[in-house]
Parts: sequence; structure tokens; C-alpha cells
Amino acid sequence: MSTLTTDSQKLAEAAEGTSTRQATNRGRARGPRRPAWQTGLLMIGILATIAVFLVPQYWLFSSALKPRTDIYSWPLQWIPSSLTLDNIRGAWEAAPFDRFFLNSFITTTVGTALEISLAILCAYAFVFVPFRFKKVAFVLIIASLMLPGHVTLIVNYITVANLGWLNSYAGIILPGIASAFAMFLLYQYMRTIDKDILQAAEIDGAGHIRRLLTIVVPLSSPMILTATLIVMVGKWNEYVWPLIVTSTADMRTLPIGLLFLRSQEGYSNWGVILAGAVMVALPMLILFFLAQKRIIGGLAAGAMK
Amino acid sequence: MSTAVSPRSARRPAADGTPDADTADPGDPGSGTPNRGGTGSRTLRSEARRRSPQRRRRARRDALLFAALIAPNLLAIIVFSYYPALYNIALSLFEWDFVAPTPEWVGFENYADLFTDPQFGQVLLNTLIFTGVSVVGSIIGGLALGSLLATKLPLTGFAQTMAFAPHMLPGAAVGILWLFMFDPNYGLSRWLFSLFGVGSPAWTTTSDWSLWAITIAYTWQRLGFVTVICYTAILDLPKDLYEAAALDGARGWKLFRHLTLPLLSPITFFLSITGIISAAQAFDIISIMTSGGPGVSSSTLSWMVYEEAFQKFDIGTASAAATVLLVILLIITYIQVRVGEKQVNYDQ
Repeated sequence: MSTLTTDSQKLAEAAEGTSTRQATNRGRARGPRRPAWQTGLLMIGILATIAVFLVPQYWLFSSALKPRTDIYSWPLQWIPSSLTLDNIRGAWEAAPFDRFFLNSFITTTVGTALEISLAILCAYAFVFVPFRFKKVAFVLIIASLMLPGHVTLIVNYITVANLGWLNSYAGIILPGIASAFAMFLLYQYMRTIDKDILQAAEIDGAGHIRRLLTIVVPLSSPMILTATLIVMVGKWNEYVWPLIVTSTADMRTLPIGLLFLRSQEGYSNWGVILAGAVMVALPMLILFFLAQKRIIGGLAAGAMK
Repeated sequence: MSTAVSPRSARRPAADGTPDADTADPGDPGSGTPNRGGTGSRTLRSEARRRSPQRRRRARRDALLFAALIAPNLLAIIVFSYYPALYNIALSLFEWDFVAPTPEWVGFENYADLFTDPQFGQVLLNTLIFTGVSVVGSIIGGLALGSLLATKLPLTGFAQTMAFAPHMLPGAAVGILWLFMFDPNYGLSRWLFSLFGVGSPAWTTTSDWSLWAITIAYTWQRLGFVTVICYTAILDLPKDLYEAAALDGARGWKLFRHLTLPLLSPITFFLSITGIISAAQAFDIISIMTSGGPGVSSSTLSWMVYEEAFQKFDIGTASAAATVLLVILLIITYIQVRVGEKQVNYDQ
């Protein structure tokens, strides 16, 4: 969107012949060039920003790979004297991380697949199926975003217990499959699909299901991918619900495993705890670095409406 | 049904942002709005077929299809969001421990107990400080960093990536990271304080500091998200206004205060509502770092709900506290929406 306006801006400027300065900064034009000392100050600000966010993350990852003596040393050992996998191994021995990984993987993939499917069906209905009282249903779904999830914990626990799903994958996954945010993103995107294409398909005799699967889903695939990523990150990081609903180590997901690793190891074995944190965090970081534009774009689109 | 009613009454103005009234019912003879209805020939056809039984059957089929498509999602939302929120209010009027066969009716006793308990006052105050500081801090910081990134100087792309990354991390990992940073003996905190020649406070284990420890960690995680939203919004600002302002000689802070801030108000408004809702529910960082302690010094409403329900099995107190949380958030949302209607600049 922003590139579009920038381009049209440039075009307009060129057309009027008023463009005295080259549009070197594609961001917002700020009048005359700033003096060097200002640029210097801004650069310091940028470096400080990087430090505030990078140093803690560097600290986490480097400490997880440090030998024990490097962690428990003063003055601080900024650069590890050697890199070791001992901490990772230690964490793996202290807690069943393979099982945590499996549980996190299953609950995240199944939960995401279910939530995105519900979101697609729902968004399709709102955009393409005529119905008189759409608005009521829409408001009902979107308003649930305003409902604090914490308020529902106790009753959801009771519901899941009554269904006999405590400490099971179904119990972890199902209360989280309702979709409002992803549905909203997909809804906004599907609204931009040209209705003539669907009409042509309808005249050719394609029913709703076929139109959904062969036209709308392929055309919406960029936003479906974005929504999938965002939902996936949320499910992987989910904390309070799996904490409540699981009761044995073999059902814990990674974040809950991390809590138990911390309580078990106390403060005497930082390396192992940090290694655990790295194992929980790394998949999401990799995902983020691979799909940064998509994730940020999707979240920003949700914010800008 | 109402398809047979006079065409004029069915004509409604199209609402934006929400499902349009005109797409709602192509079968409705009154809603042949050309821009949605598609080609002119279709409008003609629908005119020709108005009120035909096929048309009505079709509308009914569409309604059934609509219901079938939204049912799974709507059902999940009702069963796992609305119903529990309401049932939770009912539970707050009982005494229960998850085990007893029937909860015991106690009326408003749980609330009376809460509001006469000084510890609950402390929890409310903690929630207020935690939420207020993290929301205000992340929005001020986010506006500043967002403007900084919008200068497009070298390294701004990298800074954006680094700032946003913590938002992707599980709160549990962020909690561990800050727990280690706050370690008074081997954490970065000791180094930072040693620069000023003082020792590091025991952040997470003393009641003077524990609330600040979780607030800092949470704000750090949230800041990158707010920054990126502000940054995107700043890039989307209308440039012609800035050129006009530059011609008028507006620069720097003045420009920011009188042009950028008002233009960004819809976004800061959105960020403050969502910020309050998510800060009031922050849980993972608190659970990992302090478990609400020492004492109740870093306990917030969300932690208290968990602790009362799932550690002390006092369901009545927990659901009463959850209801208080719900009411506070609803009031804040309501006030913000009302204030927002008046003040937020929705033009452009």
C-alpha cells in the first residue's frame, strides 16, 4: 500500500514538474535535508535501539552455548571462551524435551489447521454468501476479541473436564480453535476479490463449495499463509491453557516444560535453563526471520483495519 | 419471508467495515445496488425474477449455507468464550473447590471478602501499575522508535527486525531471559549497575522490585510490536500535508506534536485498547519470573485468578476476581470507545 502511494506521489510530482529533490527517502518526505549533527544523533538513537533489543537476545543465545564457568563468572564473559552443547544436553536429560517438542508440534499444527479452516469457511460466508443477519453474527465474532481470555479459564477447565479431555491433545487444542483475528484478516482480504470471477464460475454451474476451493482459496493464499503464520506463533507460545489442562510431564508443551525445568533446576544451573529457553524460542525466531515481511504485514493489516 | 415486503423498506445504506447490507441479500428485490450486484444484466435478471418462488428458495438455501459455514467457528466462540464469561459470573456467587458435588450458594460474599482484603487492593494496584506503565511506556517508546525507523537511515531495517523478534518469542522464554538478566550475581543487571558503582537489586526476589521486573520484561517484549505498527502508520501518512507544513516552516517537535500525533491518533487509540487488554492478561512472564511473589508484590489480577483457582482451588474467589477483571476491561473499552468517537481523528 505504502509503495503504491509513494509511486503515485512521485508521478504527481514529476507531472507537475515540482519535484526539486530526488525522492531518495521512500519514507515520509521531511522538507529540507537535515544537518549532519542531526543525522548523527539519529544514528546514535538507532544504534541504541539495536542494543536494547539485540543485547538481551545475544545474551540468551550465547549463554546457552557457554561452558558453566563462563556463566558463573565476574566480570561478565561477553564472548564465550568456547562453545559447547553441554547445556542443551543437560536440559534434554533433565526434562523430556523430545516429548515436549512432539506435543508442541502436534498441538500447534492441528490447532492451526483447524483454526484456519474455520476462519476460511467463516470469512467466505461473510463475503460471498448472502444472508440477512450477517452483521449480527459478524459483530458477535469480532467482539469476542475484546473478551479477556483469562475470564474464561475456569469454566473452560470445567467444560473440558466434563468432556473427559483433561490432559489430552483434544483438551489442549479444541478450546483454542475459535477464530476472530484470522477470520477478520481473511475477511478483509476476500472482500478485495473481484466478484465477477465468481459470478462467471456460478454461471458455469460451480456451486459454493467449488467456488470456495477452486477460486477463493487460491486467490486468498497469500493472506491464508500470513494468517497461518500468525496463528501458528500464537499456538506455539500458548502458555496458560496448556499449563492448566495438562497434568503429566508427557503431555506438557515446550513453554510449560520450560516452567518445570526452571522450578526443578533453580538458579544454580542457568546454562541448562537458558538452553531450554533457546530450544523453545528458536523455532519461532527462525520462522520470523524467514517470513518477517509477511508476519509484520499481517499484524499491521489487522491494526490498520 | 421479508422478501415479499415492499422493496423500499429493504433498501439500506451500505455500512463500511462490516458486512455490507447490499451484499446481504441479492435475492432481495430492493437491493439491486449496481456496484455490488455486478453487471447491469444481472440487475435486469433479478428485476425480472423478483418475488419468484425460486428466488425465495434460493435465499433460504443461501441462509442455510451461511449458517453451516459459520456454525463451527461461531459455536466454538460461543462455547469457549461467551458461555464461560457468563457462567464465570454465576460461579462467583458460589463457594466451590472443583471437587464438592454441588457448589454452595454464598451470594456476594466472595466480592465482599475481596474488597475488604487489603491484599486484593495491592493486587489491583499492581495490575494498574503493570498495565499503565507497559501501555504508556510502549506507546511513547513505540512512537519514538517508529519515527526513528521512518527516517530510513542505514540499519533501520535491522533495528526493526531486532525490535520485533521478542514479540515472536514465547513469553516463557522471554521470562527466562529476563530472569537471567536480572540475576544480581551473574546477570547483565549487575554489570549495568556496576557502571554506576552500585550493586544490582535482587529484582525478582524482593518485593520492592519484583513488580518492576515483570513490567520491564513485558514492556520490552511488547515494544517491538508497537514500534512496528507506529512505523507502518507513519509511512502511510499523507505526504502532501508534510510538504505543506514544511513550506509553512513547521519542523521537528512542532511538526510531530501538531501534525503527526493527531494523524496517528486512530493507531495510538487502537494500540492503547489492545495494549490494556493484553497487559491485563499477561501471565506467562509473571508465572516464570516471580509467580506473583514475593508475597503478593508482583501479583496481578490475571495471576491471582490462576492462583486462587488452580493452586488454592478457591473457585468462588477466583471467578469473582475474574469478573472484576472483566468489568474493569469492559468499562475501559467503553470509555475509550466513547472518548475515541469524540476525539480521534478519523479523517484520512
